[in-house]
Amino acid sequence: MHGPDDPLLQVRDLRTWFLTDAGPVRAVDGVSFDLRRGETLGIVGESGSGKSVCAKSIMRLLEEPARIVGGSVTFRGRDLATLDEEAIREVRGRDIAMVFQDPMTSLNPVLRIARQLVEAMTAHGRFTAAAARARALALLGRMGVPAPARAVRSYPHQYSGGMRQRVMLAMGVSNEPALLIADEPTTALDVTIQAQILELLRGLNADLGTAVILISHDLGVIANLCSRVLVMYAGEVVEEGSPEALLGDPRHPYTWALLNAAPRLDAATEGRRLTTIEGQPPDPRAWPEGCRFRARCPFAVARCAEHPALLPVGPGRASRCWVTQGGGALLTPARPRPAAPPPPAEAEPLLVLSGVAKHFALPREGVFAPRRILRAVDGVDLVVRRGETVGLVGESGCGKSTLARLVTRLHEPTAGSIRFAGQDITHLPQAAIRPLRRRMQMIFQDPYGSLNPRMAVGEILAGPLLLHGIVADRAAAARRVAELLDIVNLPARAAARFPHEFSGGQRQRISIARALALQPDLVVADEPVSALDVNIQAQIINLMVELQDRFGLTYLFIAHDLAVMRHVCDRIVVLYLGKVMEVAPAEALFRAPLHPYTRTLIAAVPVPDPALERGRRSAPLPGEPPNPISPPQGCRFVTRCPLAQPICREVEPALRADGRGGAVACHLAEPAVAGAGPG
Amino acid sequence: MLRYVAARLLTAAFMVLLATLAVFLIANSVPGDPVLSQLGDLAASNPATVAEYRQKWGLDLPIWDRYWIFLRGLLQGDLGSSIVSRRPVLADIRDYAPATIELASVAFLLSLLVGLPLGILAAVRRDSWIDNLARLVSLVGVSAPTFWLAFIMLAVFYGWLDWAPGPGQLDPVSFPPDRVTGLLLVDSLLAGDWETFQDAAAHLVLPSIVLASATLGLITRTTRAAMLEALSQDYVRVARAKGLRRRAIVLGHAAPNAMLPVVTLGGLAYANLLSGAVLTETVFSWPGLGRYTYQSAVALDFPAIMGITMIVAVVFVAVNILVDLSYALLDPRVVKG
Ligand SMILES: Nc1ncnc2c1ncn2[C@@H]1O[C@H](COP(=O)(O)OP(=O)(O)OP(=O)(O)O)[C@@H](O)[C@H]1O
Ligand code: SF4
Ligand code: SF4
Ligand SMILES: [Mg+2]
Repeated sequence: MHGPDDPLLQVRDLRTWFLTDAGPVRAVDGVSFDLRRGETLGIVGESGSGKSVCAKSIMRLLEEPARIVGGSVTFRGRDLATLDEEAIREVRGRDIAMVFQDPMTSLNPVLRIARQLVEAMTAHGRFTAAAARARALALLGRMGVPAPARAVRSYPHQYSGGMRQRVMLAMGVSNEPALLIADEPTTALDVTIQAQILELLRGLNADLGTAVILISHDLGVIANLCSRVLVMYAGEVVEEGSPEALLGDPRHPYTWALLNAAPRLDAATEGRRLTTIEGQPPDPRAWPEGCRFRARCPFAVARCAEHPALLPVGPGRASRCWVTQGGGALLTPARPRPAAPPPPAEAEPLLVLSGVAKHFALPREGVFAPRRILRAVDGVDLVVRRGETVGLVGESGCGKSTLARLVTRLHEPTAGSIRFAGQDITHLPQAAIRPLRRRMQMIFQDPYGSLNPRMAVGEILAGPLLLHGIVADRAAAARRVAELLDIVNLPARAAARFPHEFSGGQRQRISIARALALQPDLVVADEPVSALDVNIQAQIINLMVELQDRFGLTYLFIAHDLAVMRHVCDRIVVLYLGKVMEVAPAEALFRAPLHPYTRTLIAAVPVPDPALERGRRSAPLPGEPPNPISPPQGCRFVTRCPLAQPICREVEPALRADGRGGAVACHLAEPAVAGAGPG
Repeated sequence: MLRYVAARLLTAAFMVLLATLAVFLIANSVPGDPVLSQLGDLAASNPATVAEYRQKWGLDLPIWDRYWIFLRGLLQGDLGSSIVSRRPVLADIRDYAPATIELASVAFLLSLLVGLPLGILAAVRRDSWIDNLARLVSLVGVSAPTFWLAFIMLAVFYGWLDWAPGPGQLDPVSFPPDRVTGLLLVDSLLAGDWETFQDAAAHLVLPSIVLASATLGLITRTTRAAMLEALSQDYVRVARAKGLRRRAIVLGHAAPNAMLPVVTLGGLAYANLLSGAVLTETVFSWPGLGRYTYQSAVALDFPAIMGITMIVAVVFVAVNILVDLSYALLDPRVVKG
């Protein structure tokens, strides 16, 4: 029987395969681990490594054609893998609950929040409908949903992603489960909201003793919350240990690669080229013989042709690697970034924005209701000099993408002026813009959506060359295409293939090649690496940095990942509700942020360093950005600012030079008092 | 909400007007002369008779004047008089409409009662026998020609097996109940005449099945597709993770979402049925709008054709408004102004 000291959950040699027509996809292929009561276990690994399938297997939430073909999942002494349908239904939601990645789609859009919360409790007969209703209110309050009584009567679409994820958490813990599985619960959220949700999870674990399995691709998130970590690769656990041990001294080359590929917000990787590993994860239909990481492993030895087992490599840690099992070490090569000459301080300005605004008129709520105006960008001044990389950061909805579209004149500004290479392009007609597009190119987040699926890569790249008359004929175009593919490290034969035949990272290389085809001056990159795994992200970042040095490109770079921004950008612009809060050289901004918003933004980013994460228990930035239709009076940040004064409510602070090459818009942030604030 | 309805009604009135204009113009450009078809060759050969006839029915006026006369009558609730029956068109329509309303409503109910559960079950048990059945029903319903289906049904169930009564609304020997609503099922119940009710119901079976077939096919197909889509959504996975029973997931979570497209389609289908099924009514000697339409068209009875167009346009527009309103009720994301 199940004793009090036995692990809560024991997974043994779990194998979950998708029995497809083209043969079994061995998504989870021999996973074993234990979970104690109240423990927080993290699972990391790149996309497709089997994290989600593993989590779904525990609750038997698999979809066709997935089958648990082997192994056991023992929970409180019972094997969940072999329970009948009704028995596993009783476990779901009552003993084990799950929170998913996308809060926007996790709630049923046509049902009130009350109903969705209450049914989770009444389904298991633990609460009467009335008791469940009262409990729903209490839980929403506990999760920090404002005005719970109103919230339960609302429909999901009236709430932001962060609020919906709070509702999902309330639902998850409503039956006081012994285990909560959270599959990338914060990936779709802004860092500030992510910090709030992680804080909630930590509180639930501490107060209710709920064990947590947290799945994430972000080592910082894992370090923030977990007491033990599993690293998955190709359907197996390749390393297991405490986050301190694993992140401080990885014993599997794949963990090592993950760690070195991620840019860090703390200074550790400053000025270093990101370390990447080559190649793709293997095909789950036919795992390679021997070590599954061998094809990409920089440490491989002859022995690696045999499949290694997961064996202890130290107290409380295990690794699936011949080299470290034999006592070998994984050294981090400190390769300096090729000396990029810093852009001359007074290089010629390529792009000058002054007072640029973009207001969108929203549809009226009724025939006679007043027109509503959404001020997406509301008076932005910005100078981008030739050869530099300027980053735009801010929470979602702050106007980053709108600004990018204004710069490339996909939108026409409502007010202000835009000068590009000395020419006023503010209101140029599209016909006059078209020749300028040659000189400013865009790269988007979703490389799939921006590449025509019916055109071969060669045609995609040759199209703009011929259109703008850059090459004389098709033969010349083909030569240039081969050259471009080589620049982005793709083989020349890629020209004959179609976009869907490439991985996400390769597709992003193709869109970079397309952007470079016209030898632009300015490249506007809107979240170019956000959809990619850390290793691929590192490859693309390295490529972009290299191309900048080689062709003297100017980048306007948008990313929500501050660590990436710090790594890539020379100068950073912090936006909030369509306005600039602070501009500063990247290094200064991260070392000593002046604006309270910048400070809280930076403090919200989890760092893959457990000691640092544990020591730093500052309360996350409260609340969410207000609605840009009716921004607050005075300083726009006043509703969330920890330092707000009465004056902030009345007078809007101007953007003033901060005396170190940047500017800041805050009444309190004088360069002199900069160090005095609680930083 | 009120303002929204008012705005909708205004546009609706405009749409109806547009429809009458279109039909008016089309009807007037059809080669064919109503005088000829009404008077017969002999009378039509006498110019005086023809002129008198033309004047009497206003056929000698310019086209825009005639349209204006029609509109003026419309405002007074007068659709003019039928050339064939020499009665007010509205009175004709009042006589013919109940038979169609009765048939259409029974057929529509039938297709809902069968189509919704079939579509839902097919989606839940994908690729099972019931899914195959649903696919067959959709295919046959949507693609089988009504005329052919009507004949087959009559031949088999009336002619051969004699399980069903023949064409018509009632047996020739039964007396229709006192006319209150014009709907035989309702009137016979009001009169407490159980036998006539049974007779009327029995006569409805074959034509309503024939008429329902196409709608049934559409509703089954749409329900199945919408349910498959809804069942693949994240919130369904969440509902499973909550430990809900399958029934609660299918009916409580997936179905309310899947109903949105079904409501749109169902509304249009019902409007279609209400405007009268020419073929089915002809084969089953059903004295409904479909037959009236057919007769009027053959006789080039302009006033009647215009009247029917009006009615059809009004029905379509009204159903559309109802669909929009129920959408606003079913889907909280729809902005209500
Ligand atoms: N319906 C399916 N049919 C076939 N294979 C599938 C199916 N769903 C997932 N897989 C495969 O299962 C493997 C593991 O997928 P899983 O979703 O667990 O990855 P993950 O680690 O959660 O990735 P991510 O970080 O992208 O969420 C992948 O190779 C994937 O292609
Ligand atoms: S076993 Fe060999 S190939 Fe596999 S990770 Fe270790 S060193 Fe690399
Ligand atoms: S101006 Fe006031 S409210 Fe705005 S950021 Fe500065 S201190 Fe905060
Ligand atoms: Mg996943």
